Amino acid sequence: MIKWNKKDLTGLRDLSKEEIELILNTASSFKEVSTRGVKKVPALRGKTVVNLFYEPSTRTRVSFEVAAKRLSADVINVSTETSSVKKGETLIDTGSNIQALRADIIVVRHNSSGAAIILARHLGICVINGGDGWHEHPTQALLDMFTLKEKLGRIKGLNVVIVGDIAHSRVARSNIWGLTKLGARVTVCAPKMLIPPGIEEMGARVEYDIDKALKEADAVNVLRMQFERDEGAAFPERFEYFRKFAITKERLAKTKKDIVVMHPGPINRGIEISSEVADGDNSVILEQVTNGIAIRMAVLFLVSQGRQSK
Amino acid sequence: MSLLIKGGRVIDPANKIDGICDILIEGSKISAVAKDIKQKAKQVIEAKGKIVMPGLVDMHVHLREPGREDKETIKSGTEAALKGGVTTLLAMPNTSPPIDSIENIRLLKKAIKKDAKADVLIAATITKAHAGKELTDMAKLKKEGAVAVTDDGSSIDDEKKLLNALKKAKDSRLTVSCHCEDKALSAGGHVNLGFTSTSMGLRGISRESEYKRIERDIALAHKAKAPIHIAHVSCKESVDVIKIAKRKNVKVTAETAPHYFSLSEESVWGFDTNMKMNPPLRGKTDMKAIKQGLKDGTIDVIASDHAPHTENEKDIEFSRSEFGIIGLETILYVSIQELVLTGLLDWKEFIQKLSLNPAKILGVEKGSLGKGSAADMIIYDPGAEWSFGKQEILSKSGNSPFIGRSFKGKILYTIFAGKVAYRA
Repeated sequence: MIKWNKKDLTGLRDLSKEEIELILNTASSFKEVSTRGVKKVPALRGKTVVNLFYEPSTRTRVSFEVAAKRLSADVINVSTETSSVKKGETLIDTGSNIQALRADIIVVRHNSSGAAIILARHLGICVINGGDGWHEHPTQALLDMFTLKEKLGRIKGLNVVIVGDIAHSRVARSNIWGLTKLGARVTVCAPKMLIPPGIEEMGARVEYDIDKALKEADAVNVLRMQFERDEGAAFPERFEYFRKFAITKERLAKTKKDIVVMHPGPINRGIEISSEVADGDNSVILEQVTNGIAIRMAVLFLVSQGRQSK
Repeated sequence: MSLLIKGGRVIDPANKIDGICDILIEGSKISAVAKDIKQKAKQVIEAKGKIVMPGLVDMHVHLREPGREDKETIKSGTEAALKGGVTTLLAMPNTSPPIDSIENIRLLKKAIKKDAKADVLIAATITKAHAGKELTDMAKLKKEGAVAVTDDGSSIDDEKKLLNALKKAKDSRLTVSCHCEDKALSAGGHVNLGFTSTSMGLRGISRESEYKRIERDIALAHKAKAPIHIAHVSCKESVDVIKIAKRKNVKVTAETAPHYFSLSEESVWGFDTNMKMNPPLRGKTDMKAIKQGLKDGTIDVIASDHAPHTENEKDIEFSRSEFGIIGLETILYVSIQELVLTGLLDWKEFIQKLSLNPAKILGVEKGSLGKGSAADMIIYDPGAEWSFGKQEILSKSGNSPFIGRSFKGKILYTIFAGKVAYRA
């Protein structure tokens, strides 16, 4: 197997198939740790992980925190509400200060696309992208792929549908890069106004009819619809969206019986997904959350190794 | 003071010369161009094996003074210009205060007189504070020394206003340079719309926002029976629109910048903010169309769109970073590399786009090496190999996408007004 040699994880676009597989395999071995009586290994003992979050997030931050702690790292959470960021400090200055505190890994969540890449370029310590703008959310896509592989035994050859606000979704982008590298066929589905131009060049097929899209699907990844988004751009009416695109029991009745239903959370019951489906047999939504810990343990561990190898 | 340049290959499109000649300079003018000039001169430069060409006329430069002297000053900007072979430049008026009144133009003239190391031509705004509302007093601005008007950075949305401006500028014999961008289509965008904007998770700037506005502005110029100059053409459709207008004999001229034929949108995929400018880097087919447009004469001029910004405004999150890059020190080298060394343009065709054509468009007597012309020229060593390093930048700002690029050929001397103004 190949060796990991990167100090950062900023996105899946620039990773090779082998690197993605290495993360998934490493996560497999870390998954067992969370089932032990003492849920801890010393892999990152003495290391400091800083969660630098410029956007509100509970799920991703907690997942990274749990992952780091299960690797015995010390974790510090910095949010824009409590830091000097509010006083106008720049991203790079904030990063440099965290580096000067001798932290080892920064997990950054930022509303500006590319923020993690810019930070990684300026810092010698590890940077993990916890979601940047509409650009990438690599650990989310990795945990989605991990869950798929666990459920269906493979990624290669699967038909995966991503439905929802593709235009503004970093989860969709990272999934497209990752899944296509591993040989899955990805179809994105949404109202026209939410399909960004050039998405086909990323390797995804576009389908505007969800029932058609789901016909051959092995899995569907349902994105959160943020109707509260205030972008001034065109947005579908929420009940019309529910009628045409939501994943419901009736819709699933016409698909493969064992179709896997995923959602990055937090879910909007009755908007993009019905409660019956979210809580039903096809749903792996909570397993995704559990798997997120293993993936983040793997990524924290690998980037730390990658930096040492430099 | 006399200066004799001996034995260089003189390339002067204005006088259709390409051959080994001597040039004698007396005072600030060229007094003779001939083979084997015997006359003694106070200073002699041996130019055997070198190319002697007219000093460049860069008709799109942001000097930032007055107002943003932290980015660039008239002094630093003109020093950078001379290093890059630019002896005449048109200073864009979107300064603070903007060049939209007699008082402000006088302020600028005073600063130029005090600090400029090269010839700085003045552009005034078309509308007050380039806000697109109230027209400036063009006749008076012309009288005070403006040679052109432009609202560069924005486009005038109100068609009647632009029509009126084109007519008034024509009456005052002012060149009108238009930044063509329909902000209703481009607002909030950072990179080329399509795969680039989508894969980067950024809003895009469409080609439509540029070429549709060019189409409109050309139609207005046609209606006003007035000439128009189109700034920084970046995409294929724009080249097509201009080509059609030229065929219909509309008095339109156009410029592009070196980055639009040397870099594609792929360069921005790594979120390098030195690849961020407006209009944005486009696709490979656009680069090809721009080159073809230069070859077939659709595009008349290469200008740098030199846009200095401090690191504080540039080296930050991509979406917050300012648009624009510096270009005075690389305009010649990038252009030679992409256009001459590739065999697309011959030297004469090429030099014309960087000197004679912009001079003609601006109505100034530059870009010629004829007897009696201003003694502004470059002595260029076509063999020298070097690479462009950040530490050698003379501009106050370092936002160049070409740092680290290797070039063949280097300026040995820039002569301005008869004197050696830069020496490598």
